[in-house]
Amino acid sequence: MSALRFRLIAPVLMFAAAILAWQGVASTDWFDDLTLASPTEVADSLWSDRSLLFDSLGTTVTEVLVGLAISVALGFFTAVAMHLWRPLHEAAYPLLVGSQAIPVVIVAPLFIIAFDYGLWPKVAIVALVCFFPVTVNLMDGLRSVSAEQLKLMRSLGASRLQTLWKVELPSALPSLFSGLKIAATVSVIGAVFGEAAGAESGLGYLVLLDNHQLETPRAYAGVVLLAVLAVGLFLLTALAERYATPWTREGDPSV
Amino acid sequence: MQTRLEAPAEEPLHREADVAVTAIERRFPGRRRRDPVVALDGLSVEVAAGEVLGVVGPSGCGKSTLLELVAGLQEPDAGSITVGGARDARSRLRACAYMPQRDGLLPWRDALGNAALALECGDGRVGRSRARAAAAPLFERFGLEGFESARPAELSGGMRQRVAFVRTLLAGRPVLLLDEPFGALDSLTRGQMQEWLAGALAAEPRTVVLVTHDVDEALLLADRVAIMSPRPGRVVTSLDVGLERPRPRRQTVTTHEFAVLKEQALEALGQ
Repeated sequence: MSALRFRLIAPVLMFAAAILAWQGVASTDWFDDLTLASPTEVADSLWSDRSLLFDSLGTTVTEVLVGLAISVALGFFTAVAMHLWRPLHEAAYPLLVGSQAIPVVIVAPLFIIAFDYGLWPKVAIVALVCFFPVTVNLMDGLRSVSAEQLKLMRSLGASRLQTLWKVELPSALPSLFSGLKIAATVSVIGAVFGEAAGAESGLGYLVLLDNHQLETPRAYAGVVLLAVLAVGLFLLTALAERYATPWTREGDPSV
Repeated sequence: MQTRLEAPAEEPLHREADVAVTAIERRFPGRRRRDPVVALDGLSVEVAAGEVLGVVGPSGCGKSTLLELVAGLQEPDAGSITVGGARDARSRLRACAYMPQRDGLLPWRDALGNAALALECGDGRVGRSRARAAAAPLFERFGLEGFESARPAELSGGMRQRVAFVRTLLAGRPVLLLDEPFGALDSLTRGQMQEWLAGALAAEPRTVVLVTHDVDEALLLADRVAIMSPRPGRVVTSLDVGLERPRPRRQTVTTHEFAVLKEQALEALGQ
């Protein structure tokens, strides 16, 4: 078996084994159905409750995508501004780290109070948790250009913006994508926290409600969809990275 | 808008310019604030317009610092530097094309795009596609034809240096500052590249300062070789090579004159 085929098949086998084990445990008499739903029950709920589940998924996807877009736009401008202007870097760096130290569970209800129910408090929370990885990784990437390369650009007569555009931003792309991959996965968690603090729709809200109402299979189905959403966003980002930074893979025989 | 792009093709890319370095000093902050590291101490050297000056010295003697000072990337703490009459760093930057030790090629640009970068920067900049079109003829002239769309990772060390050199030429400056251009190459490739550079400089004459730690390379390529002392760097001796350029490598390095010059150089280096 070739290395590539193994790389494709191994995770599928691992996943199938985990599902089988889960089914096995859930089918015994050790747990009743309200405590632990089996994979078949979850699959059944995914199908029969599809309309409710996918409406909720739609809400969560909107929160995640709008929040991500805002954090990427804000993070991009913050990182570039802090990179270009040293005093801003000195002044704003502690605040930037502080933004990550804020416990989201606790501020989520405050956001609900500030922004009311609905889309915006969730968007704000998603943007808050994604802002840090995007900004810090982009800043590190911008700083990764060698001193010699910068001297070369100065010698060629390049302006500060030309150096930024032609050398520093392309150099920072791999690092920016690392940040985006982290942001893509934590964004879903952020949206769920937001919905848990107060919402009228969304997957996080539905899972919590189903939990209280002992609709265990549907709660599990909601969790499955949340995981699929996070993994899907991660894969999309990884795909965009492959497309945007082809030079980072040259000489790598594994791809 | 009769463009700057056409200008290089019609008038020569370069005005003549000489370089005069007079009693410069350069200090860097040391580990303790009290005693700074003195990189250069009273260094003087002159390069006539169109002359190739080789600068040889032990590692850490301040050769690269000297080059960056001439290039206008740094200012000396004392003394003066003029390039084609220009004294301040800003004007020196405009008169010199600097080729760093490592090639400085951008991995996401192909070879032609990397060379064309020189035309996309600064006051006379042109757009990407016009810069590529202007760079293409130099690829033919300097043995890079067929490698235009190769990424740097696909090029050998020697080819990468050729691309970097073409980029340096395209900057269109009268003075070339080359910082150990072949330092990272194996000795066979290095020999080939020395002949290639000799030919390139014969085809595109410039005022050149070539920094190297290889005595043979300096004697083969330069009109005059300045030998530097260990830190703090000063010019110990200046040797006139007095042979026609370009010089064929094999025939030159085996002559008696070459051996005599090399002995003098090695003696000045204390070897």
